[in-house]
Amino acid sequence: MSNPDNPNKDRDWSVVLEDGVAKTNEPVSSATASTGAPTQRHEPHEPPRTQMPEKLYEKRKAVHNKRIDGPFRRFKWFVMFVTLAIYYVTPWIRWDRGPFAPDQAVLVDLAHRRFYMFGIEIWPHEFYFVAGLLIMAGIGLFLVTSAVGRAWCGYACPQTVWTDLFQHIDRFVDGDRNARARLDKAPWGPKKIARRGFKWSIYLLISLATGGAWILYFADAPTLFHDFFTLQAPMVAYATVGILTLTTFTLGGFMREQVCIYMCPWPRIQSAMLDEKSLIVTYKDWRGEPRGSLKKAKKDPEHFGDCIDCNQCVAVCPTGIDIREGPQIGCITCALCIDACDRVMKDIGRPRGLIDYATLEDCREEALGHPAKPVWKTLLRPRTLIYFGVWGAIGAALLFALGTRTHTDLTVSPDRNPPYMLMSDGSIRNSYTLKLRNMESRPREMVVAIEGLPGGKMWTDTIGADEAAATQSFNVPADQIRTVRAYVVAPRDATSREFTFRLTSQDEQRETDTVETRFDAPAGGS
Amino acid sequence: MANKRIDEPTGTETVGHEWDGIEELNTPLPRWWLWTFYLTIIFAIVYVILYPAWPMVDKATEGVLGWSSRGQLAEKMSAAEQAQQGFRDQLANIPIERLPDDSALMARAVAGGQAAFKVHCTQCHGSGGAGDQKLGYPNLNDDAWLWGGDLKAIEYTITHGVRWPDDDETRFSQMPPFEGALDDAQINAVIDHVLSLSGKAQPNAAGAQIFGDNCAACHGPQGKGGRDVGAPNLSDAIWLRGSERDALRRQILGPRMGVMPSWGERLDPVTIKMLAAYVHSLGGGEDFVEVAEDPEVKVDEQP
Repeated sequence: MSNPDNPNKDRDWSVVLEDGVAKTNEPVSSATASTGAPTQRHEPHEPPRTQMPEKLYEKRKAVHNKRIDGPFRRFKWFVMFVTLAIYYVTPWIRWDRGPFAPDQAVLVDLAHRRFYMFGIEIWPHEFYFVAGLLIMAGIGLFLVTSAVGRAWCGYACPQTVWTDLFQHIDRFVDGDRNARARLDKAPWGPKKIARRGFKWSIYLLISLATGGAWILYFADAPTLFHDFFTLQAPMVAYATVGILTLTTFTLGGFMREQVCIYMCPWPRIQSAMLDEKSLIVTYKDWRGEPRGSLKKAKKDPEHFGDCIDCNQCVAVCPTGIDIREGPQIGCITCALCIDACDRVMKDIGRPRGLIDYATLEDCREEALGHPAKPVWKTLLRPRTLIYFGVWGAIGAALLFALGTRTHTDLTVSPDRNPPYMLMSDGSIRNSYTLKLRNMESRPREMVVAIEGLPGGKMWTDTIGADEAAATQSFNVPADQIRTVRAYVVAPRDATSREFTFRLTSQDEQRETDTVETRFDAPAGGS
Repeated sequence: MANKRIDEPTGTETVGHEWDGIEELNTPLPRWWLWTFYLTIIFAIVYVILYPAWPMVDKATEGVLGWSSRGQLAEKMSAAEQAQQGFRDQLANIPIERLPDDSALMARAVAGGQAAFKVHCTQCHGSGGAGDQKLGYPNLNDDAWLWGGDLKAIEYTITHGVRWPDDDETRFSQMPPFEGALDDAQINAVIDHVLSLSGKAQPNAAGAQIFGDNCAACHGPQGKGGRDVGAPNLSDAIWLRGSERDALRRQILGPRMGVMPSWGERLDPVTIKMLAAYVHSLGGGEDFVEVAEDPEVKVDEQP
């Protein structure tokens, strides 16, 4: 802070003589400054520091995108329809799993710690399948980004889909671009309040439907749907719907492109993954510049490019950017500007594709007059192939693991205190806690056998010592783990050794699992 | 202070001290920090009023809310007891002979007994119930029982204890000391005989004679022991106090006999029932020789 009463206010600060050495206050470029320069202290004789001129906050400008029709807009409609349909319909699909498991095709059953997806049931210990799917989704995004740029952002991202939906609501209630901008500027009056109230109620309904559909993935959909409206659903359901309704309302209804530009990390990651070989929405400046209106171009056809500066590309953009400024973080590559520009080019009789999906490399080639590369050549390049290879390998590994996994499992934990027990007939007993896991949705008979322990017999907490035998049979309930206390005896001459419990399911699969564990005996026998 | 001045480049006042030409700026605290500090003071005042705060001679000041950590614990304990009440009622109403028929109740009783065992029994019997051969605490995992190994016998032993002077119904027996009654050769003969019962020594006719005269009354002619007097089985592989000759000699000359408190004085019948179920479940529990057709239903009193 400068002192207003500084007597040296009018002094010339540009050069200071100190100890006979002239010190200048000219700014030093970082390219020429010595390495110590950035850390040099602010000398008292130097002029007060001035505030940085830039502002770190930029006020939001409302985006009123204009209606447009074209191939990309139709594709966007299609993707929107498909993604919304998947979101809303999936919880209602039924899938018969027999009497011991839920009949909902996709269900994240947190209460019972099961994840159902059609014919696949995942237990918590198999969560690596979900982790694998997430890794695949991540690499899939890399793959898509390196091939076709930010296609995810442009078409399939929920933020994009819901923003699109809300922008259609805007258009439906308030009219197209100009009408909406007018209404924004109009003073608040009964008419505007009624309009806004109506529009925001629709926002709220959509948000409620968004949050409401989410919870249906976590419980039986028809039951929860009924309970929700009869106020019998658990509190957490209402809280979840409340939070998601609120987030949808604010993120989709009001923040929109601000989320993409400021909040979402993905655009930043993607801008690092794009290169000159990625297909992105590009304005071909070599063809368009310098811009000039039709009138000007008529007068001087040689001087002006194809861009007539009609601003249609800006008008239709859902994030409100000008694609002619080049690739930028606000561009979600939804290609609506291509639709708009192609339409204008058609009207004025110039070739389409002034704004088009193109790689920066192709643009350079085209500018030099070389023929354009076919699209497949753009897509098939080492980077995309490697991504696809990794993605496919993980997918294949997951499928392999899924196909070969068993639905039975045995775990054994030996008692450590006491490690062994002398029985009155001199035989030695060890105790174990066995866990028999049945991952099928039906009760199964399972046989546990002792192998590698001569003369070994066992009984359990439910099977008496008089029925001790080397194999015992258990009925394990559907989709559950049964805990069994097993007492294993071996004759008095037994020594400490490793032996094996073998679990075999008594059905056509005959799935088995073996666990090696230890039998403890007194040193040197008894 | 004398030397306070405004620092020119920053416009901030100095604190007024100077050390070897180094001065310190009196930069004001950030507002957010200061307000947070004031808020903590207000919080502290409110806290002192509401909650116990100042330590006094025998207890701390009581807050106006009347809260105390002991009170909170008591509340939680009582809530936990309330939650268990149904199960305890069920357990109180079932005769122990019928407990094994109800496997769910049995499982809960075993779990409850395990917790009670850790508190009351592990001091002697060990956390795994393995006992101690040197000190003569019986192993509860094996199938050798001094006083009987079915649920009812175990429950009785826990309730009344062993040789517990304050309980009239306690399990009681006494082995006389043979110090002076037998000479050295006779004792060796008896030890030979006893060890021969489990195949650890050659039979000894003289020893068998002495055993028949002095020991068989309690331990039985074959040394199988007697549960009505808690006489150990001498013919099996389990030795409460060791199977070495010296250990046997010491036990014959001056027998040491175990004592267990009668837990009926300290624990409620339901907890004892749970303890019996747990001990029975350790692996050596015996079935009832015969269960009465319809055992008398006695409702245990609750604490």
